[in-house]
Formats: sequence, structure tokens, C-alpha cells
Amino acid sequence: MIFRRYLIDRTASVWMVTALLIILLLPVLIGIALYLKSVPLFEIQSFASLVTSSVWLPAEGKFGFWPFISSSLYVTVLSFIFAAPVCLLAAVYLTQFASKKLIRLMHPVIDILAGLPSVIYGVWGVLVIVPLVGKILAPLLNISSSGYTILSGGIVLAVMCIPYMLNMLVEVFNTVPIGLKEASLALGATYWDTVKHVVIRKSYPGIISAYGLGLAKAFGETLAVMMVVGNRVQLTLNPFEAGYPLPALIANNYGEMLSIPMYDSALMFSAFLLLIIILIINIFFRYLIHKTKKR
Amino acid sequence: MNRRKLIEEKFFRFLSGFATYSLMALLALIILIIFIKGFRALTLDMLTKIPEGGYYYGGEGGVLNAIIGSLYIALGATFIAIIIGTPAALYINVHLIRYRRTQNTIRYLLDALWGIPSIVYGAFGFTLMLYMGLNASLLAGIITVALLITPIMIRTFDEVLSTIPIGLQEAALALGSTKTETAFKVLFKQGLSGFITAILLSFGRGIGDAASVLFTAGYTDLIPQNMDEPAATLPLAIFFQLSSPIPEVRERAFAAAVILTVIILIISLTARYLTVRFSKSNIK
Repeated sequence: MIFRRYLIDRTASVWMVTALLIILLLPVLIGIALYLKSVPLFEIQSFASLVTSSVWLPAEGKFGFWPFISSSLYVTVLSFIFAAPVCLLAAVYLTQFASKKLIRLMHPVIDILAGLPSVIYGVWGVLVIVPLVGKILAPLLNISSSGYTILSGGIVLAVMCIPYMLNMLVEVFNTVPIGLKEASLALGATYWDTVKHVVIRKSYPGIISAYGLGLAKAFGETLAVMMVVGNRVQLTLNPFEAGYPLPALIANNYGEMLSIPMYDSALMFSAFLLLIIILIINIFFRYLIHKTKKR
Repeated sequence: MNRRKLIEEKFFRFLSGFATYSLMALLALIILIIFIKGFRALTLDMLTKIPEGGYYYGGEGGVLNAIIGSLYIALGATFIAIIIGTPAALYINVHLIRYRRTQNTIRYLLDALWGIPSIVYGAFGFTLMLYMGLNASLLAGIITVALLITPIMIRTFDEVLSTIPIGLQEAALALGSTKTETAFKVLFKQGLSGFITAILLSFGRGIGDAASVLFTAGYTDLIPQNMDEPAATLPLAIFFQLSSPIPEVRERAFAAAVILTVIILIISLTARYLTVRFSKSNIK
């Protein structure tokens, strides 16, 4: 009887450790697999020239990823500019000024929106943002545009990232000790002064991390952006032109990837790039969060 | 001086309030527009029929194939995630309870894993699939989605488990139970609400994710009968139909979007309800 229990305990423990190890080794495994797949590409072009060249002619074996990388960066930065200030203000309002009732109402709303699939945001983008950019904003500035532009991509991404960033920011502001705020108010500071000098300063690392993770999420987002961004390979600074972010490149071309030599390597290389960039951002900012949580 | 402060206070109070309410309005607008556009196009046929001849040119049929395919993939993936995720989460909270640093490091790594975009999982799943000699199939889709949702499952479950007081474990161990028994018979029951939230959350992620199944599950107009057949998924059905130039087909994409939104809404609301219900019987 005792032996049986011992045996069950051992087996279950082994199973538990194995399960945990599988998951913890997963990023390493993904990295290795994608790297091995993209190795053939390094034999014809160096890493630096792959990343900085802007000549994209897969049929001739020329792979320059710069148009895609710059497009990704452009869309991400745009979305950040739209989302960041609004999120910060809303998080301040929700944690400092809002009534209990509003908070209780907002929480499920934010959660549900954070759980909506990206394709739904994409559909919304096609329905609302694309006509808005193409038929209202562009004519207002005397530009002709289809609406499928970098700007639309940035707006849709911003809307997608808002629930995600807002959630984190609210959590960060909630960890500021009430005593600190009371001390500041007791000294005669106004509420806004307290927010400015105590709450925001105290949660500085948390805000930066929330922003960083929001950026990482925006950078890796695929479907929603792809549906509104136009997907044309070009280098441009005009937000009313079409762009072609890195994730969209992978998602759009999986069908032909086995028919052109080296094409599959190129796509796997873009996945590898995405993984590395996002993992680094995540590891860095998560570390900041973990450190602030301990204090 | 004081007057300036008062104005500043008023101004920022208004501005932050304005930001909050406009966000709420914006987010309500998203659901509203999806619903208005979608319910107009939604018919019973959409829910009960698979695409028939000429469907993609505006012919008869529905997206039953995609609904069933999505459910199969999400169910299969959630099942695998439970098998891997539950023991992993319990291990962190039972066997490693005395090693705070290890616990924190693991949580930190899992959080970082959560951030990997699904398209990368998709590319990895594709590589894995070629390596194992599979075609785009239900099985490959299930495995890929399972990898994607397992970290979510572990972290959600773990979040609840970590709040259980250590005294409960000590009591179980003092009565002579093994660590496994403590884990599965005491902690698991106490954290049941977390377990259910974790399942529903991962299921919701699994059913809504498109980028990971794009390479691995393929697309078909038929309902898959076997693990090695390709399967259609709802997000991809929306995506493909929306890129069609024919208005009728685009309308159907909106209808399919409503179906997906409703499924996700049901899942989140159930998760909320069950979490409250199952945490009532907990030992406090």
C-alpha cells in the first residue's frame, strides 16, 4: 500500500517536472528550429546585408528585409503615439479619480476587449478605419489614398493595444501605497500634483514596462494589421502609403514558400527575427516589472 | 499661484476623464459595429450549412465547416494544454514552494513566453510539421495552438494557486499525504476556480487565433473526419471571405465575425460567472 502510494508519487512528480521543462524549453526550441531553417540564407547573404538591404526579389535570390522591418517599426511607433497618452490618462482617471461604480464597469469591459481575437479588430478596421482614412482624412489633406495605409494599420494596432496596456497601467498604479498619496495630499498638494509628483514618479519603471510590452505586442501583431495596411513592398515615410510589416510577410506568402528556392528560409528568418526582437523586449521589461513588484 | 493650480487640476481631471469615457465609447463602438453589420448578414444557413458549390461567388451555404473546425482545434489544444499545464502549475506551487527565487524565475520566463506572437508559433508549428512528416492537418493545428495556449493556461492557474495560504499545504503534509496527493487532492480543489478560468481563457485564445493555424491547419470546405485531414477555422474564414471582391461574400465575413464575437463573449462571461461560483466553497 505504502509502496503503491510512493510509486504514484514518483510517477506523478516526474510527469510534473517533465511538463514544466517542456514549456520552459519551448522558446529555446523555437529559436533553434527557426534558426536552423534560416541558415541556408546566411550562406548567400550576410546577416547585416539581410537586415539593411532593401532589394526584395525572391525569384532572383535577393532578400532585403529593410522595407519590412521599417514598415513594422513605423506602424508600431504610430500605434504607440496614438495609444500611449490616452492609456496613461485613462489609467490615472480609473485609479485616482473615478467612482467605484465606473471601475467595476470598466474591468470586465477591458478584459473582454483584451480577449477579442485580432481578426475581429481587423474586420472593424476594414469597416471603419479604412474608409475614415481613405475617404475623409486623405481628401482633407488633398491626398488620394485607398485607405489601406500605414496610418490605418497604426490606428487599428493602437486600438488593439489599448486594453492590454491599460490593464497593465491600472495594475501598476494600484501598487502605489495609499500612505504616500495621503502624505502628499496632507502637505497641501492638489490631486493632480499628487498624481504628477508621487503616483507617476513612484510607478515610473512600471509605466515604462507597460509601454514596452505594449510595443512588443504591437510589433508581433499579424492579422489585424495585415488586413488594413495594404501589403506593398516599398520604402516610404508617407503614412498615407501602403506598408508591409514583417508578420504580414510571413502570413501572406506561406502558400508560395515552397515553390521558390530559399523563400522558405527567408520567411523562417523573418519569424526568427520577430522572435528574437520580441523576446528581448519582453525579457527586459518583464524584469523591470518583477523588480518593482518585489519592492 | 493657487488659481493656476486650480485650473491645472480642473483641466487634467477633465482631460483624463475625457480620455476614459472616449475609450469606453470607442470600445463600445467596436462591438456595436461588428454586431450591426454582422447580424444583418447572419442567416440560419450560415450556422447550419457547409459551403456549397459556388459559395465563394455568392452561392448557397454557410460556415459550419469553420465553426466545427475551430471547435475541434480549440478543444484538442485545450486538452493538451490541461495535460501539460495543470501538473506544471501545481509543481510550481507545491514542490517549489520553498524556493521563492526559482518560482519567480519560472513565472518570469512564462510571462516572456506569453509575449511571443502567434505568427512565430505558426512558423515553428510549420517547421515541426514538416519535420514530423505531417501535412497541414487538424493534428498539426492542434499541436501548434496547444503550444501557444499552454503558457497562458499555466500562468492563469498559477496566479490563483499562488494565493492559497501555505498552511493548507502544511496541514495536508502533516497528515501524512505525499506531495502529489497534496497537489492534486488539496491544492487542485482549492484552486478549482482558477483552473476553470484558465481553461476558458486558453480555449478563447485558441478559438480566436488565426496566425498560428494559417500554416498548420490548412483550409477546407468539408468538416474534418480524421486527425490527418485539414480543417477550416472561423478566424481564417472571416479573413479569406473579407478579402473577396464580391459584396455577398464580404457580407458573410461580417456574419462570421459576429459568430466568433458571440462565442468569445459567451466564454468570457461564463468564465466570470464560474470563477465567482467556484471560489465560494473555498477554505479561507
